[in-house]
Amino acid sequence: MAHTPSLVAADGTPLYHLAEEPHHPEGSSTMLGFWIYLMSDCLIFAMLFATYGVLGTSYAGGPGPRDLFDLPLVAVNTSMLLFSSITYGFAMLSMADGKVRGTQGWLAITGVFGLAFLGIELYEFSHLIHEGAGPQRSAFLSSFFTLVGTHGLHVTFGLIWLVTLMVQVARRGLIPANRRRLMCLSLFWHFLDVIWIGVFTFVYLMGMLR
Amino acid sequence: MSADLHDHDAAHGEEPHGSRRGYWIGFLLSVVLTAIPFWLVMTNPLSTQATALVIMAFAVVQIIVHMIFFLHMNGRVEGGWSMMALLFTVVIVVIALSGSLWVMYHMNANMMPAQDMSQMG
Repeated sequence: MAHTPSLVAADGTPLYHLAEEPHHPEGSSTMLGFWIYLMSDCLIFAMLFATYGVLGTSYAGGPGPRDLFDLPLVAVNTSMLLFSSITYGFAMLSMADGKVRGTQGWLAITGVFGLAFLGIELYEFSHLIHEGAGPQRSAFLSSFFTLVGTHGLHVTFGLIWLVTLMVQVARRGLIPANRRRLMCLSLFWHFLDVIWIGVFTFVYLMGMLR
Repeated sequence: MSADLHDHDAAHGEEPHGSRRGYWIGFLLSVVLTAIPFWLVMTNPLSTQATALVIMAFAVVQIIVHMIFFLHMNGRVEGGWSMMALLFTVVIVVIALSGSLWVMYHMNANMMPAQDMSQMG
């Protein structure tokens, strides 16, 4: 098959390459790129879930989920993350309406819920370590701390990002770049809530059933 | 000619922000889909196996609810590429999770009687 060049220059000579890069508006591919990053992050969590699934019953004679987990505390923690999800949604709606104060207010509330979640999780971790059920106690606890800790680390960085964006919005307003950043953080924040559904179901609830 | 190259840029419009109603629907569904599994595990009205199946089903449904109402996922975002990336990831995650659990379960089951193995040797 003969190659027929798909592009022809103005004077009629065939072009075998793009004469100029196709112009994309700034940030036009950011959302897809960030989504693909989130999918790769999802694979990290899948590996940690698989590790927990394999090691989750290896107690090494130590305490198991029934001895350690406090379901009412986990329920409170879950609701904190769920509340922060809907308040972030309201921040995005305020942003769509162009309301800076509304956006900042809802972002601040989201941050408070995120902090509450982290505080409860750190309390739970310190309680476990204090009881001698630290990550070095058994394979079950190692995989538990790795999985839940990685999620908590993501929430921590999400909070740092949230505060950074609040400062950005305060200084520059809802410019297109800030809107794009807020939409990326929206994906990140809701994605963390999706991961938490897996955590409370497979780690806490299924753990209590053993 | 250049119009062809630039045409697809028009497809990237404003991202969907969802609606207040959509966020509330997603939130209320999530509350129900979270409360029922916690209640089932805390009060044990069903057998252990039935409870496990029900809470796993609720988790899957809640993940789909979050995807639709909070992450605004549909087949049109980014010209369908977000959905493609998501489906690809789901396939990989299912293979990795089920494969790991399956292989490691059978390895554990076959390696368990260590003393018998030594007698055989």
